[in-house]
Amino acid sequence: MRKSLVFTFTKTIGRNFFKKPATLMYPFKKREFYPATRGRIFNSIEQCIFCGLCSRKCPTNAITVTKESREFYLRSLQCIVCGSCVEACPKKCLIMENQYSSFVVKNTEGVYHYKQDESKAAEQA
Amino acid sequence: MTKKNIIPFGPQHPVLPEPIHLDLVTEDEKVIEAVPSIGFIHRGLEKLVDIKDFQDFVHIAERVCGICSYMHGMSYCQTIEQIMNIQVPERGLWLRTIWSEFSRIHSHLLWLGLAADAMGFESLFMHTWRLREYILDIIEMTTGGRVIFGASKVGGTRMDINSETLSYIIKRLKEIEPEFKEATSVFINDYSIQHRLRGVGVLSKKEVYELGAVGPVAKASGLSSDARKYGYAMYSKIDFEPIVEEDGDCFARCSIRVKEIFQSIDIIRQCASQICDGEVSVNVKGFPTGELFTRVEQPRGEVIYYVRANGTKFLERFRVRTPTFANIPPMVKALQGCQIADVPNIVLTIDPCISCTER
Repeated sequence: MRKSLVFTFTKTIGRNFFKKPATLMYPFKKREFYPATRGRIFNSIEQCIFCGLCSRKCPTNAITVTKESREFYLRSLQCIVCGSCVEACPKKCLIMENQYSSFVVKNTEGVYHYKQDESKAAEQA
Repeated sequence: MTKKNIIPFGPQHPVLPEPIHLDLVTEDEKVIEAVPSIGFIHRGLEKLVDIKDFQDFVHIAERVCGICSYMHGMSYCQTIEQIMNIQVPERGLWLRTIWSEFSRIHSHLLWLGLAADAMGFESLFMHTWRLREYILDIIEMTTGGRVIFGASKVGGTRMDINSETLSYIIKRLKEIEPEFKEATSVFINDYSIQHRLRGVGVLSKKEVYELGAVGPVAKASGLSSDARKYGYAMYSKIDFEPIVEEDGDCFARCSIRVKEIFQSIDIIRQCASQICDGEVSVNVKGFPTGELFTRVEQPRGEVIYYVRANGTKFLERFRVRTPTFANIPPMVKALQGCQIADVPNIVLTIDPCISCTER
């Protein structure tokens, strides 16, 4: 039993000399995410109709939609990226991206603010 | 006459991933009694049913535990569905079975890594966690999350696995199974691991039965307790037998987990061959009324979900009894009479998950 075990380890050690490392050399080689990865929410604001369904569906209240000023706020530190808003969006303008949100250093940061142009608003109206 | 000493163990200890405190009453090197105390990370998740409606609560139920997160979300949905008499489409149930088993594999691999680390076997720890990464990749590919799957909802599942991905998963499992065999055979065959675990923390079948042990702790002592045999999700259509060992020591608990990894791979294959087409979820209308207990087999053992609803959108009472809670009395029993150097191993072999115990 012990003999075979010695060989198991020798094999593992030998292989490790020639194999690529299991980890990624991060800053030089970025990780590739899967298409299904839930990374962050993006709003293509031109198509948004400010119905507010996303903010009502959000389990953590991370989204604020104001119809009057045509603004959309997403607090990424509060967002759990569950995808409920993406499922609820009637115009399909909320998109799940497979990249993660960029890091922040203060808890007041990480708010994504979108504002629709006045001309676009007039067009939609 | 030897003097009694009380040695505190935890809440911060190198082998413990989570805080549990034990007062070890020792005589020389021998532990004669262990007094556990928990309550360091109580989060009050059960009370949140008052402010989150029953459909949103799935997200909270998923966060009861960081490792068996999918199983918690699934058990919660299952309970609500049974109260409301919702018939989940068959494909949704197959998917739940597949994801549960992936969850089990990744939990067991995590535990094996922690156990290797506690025994001072650093390279084996690295290898098991490297293998766990393969499973996490499959989970991320299918659900979008690595540990918090976010795939459950009341009435079914939120996403589907298409047939190409499913056949890729089966191919991938076939590729990585030899690597699993190679790494896990060390746990079974290695001399130093056997020396460290054999005959340590022995629990008899009668003891585990009386103390209410669940999961691998019960199975290692010859008590075949597996909630999957009650046939929730699609387990009734799957051919498997709970793995049982007779020794009841730390080594038996370790080998149960090793064997369950391969059993889970086999169950996933069976699911992939039997899965049917169709919808994965149904729409939910109305509010739940009534109360119910459900039992689901998690990687650590059997979890009990209790829900009482009164026909409004908020539940009246929600309660979880996690497997670690049930396994603390057997652990305390196993600690009596052991050597102080064996305490970390015995504590670790019940796979303590204190965060979900305290919710």
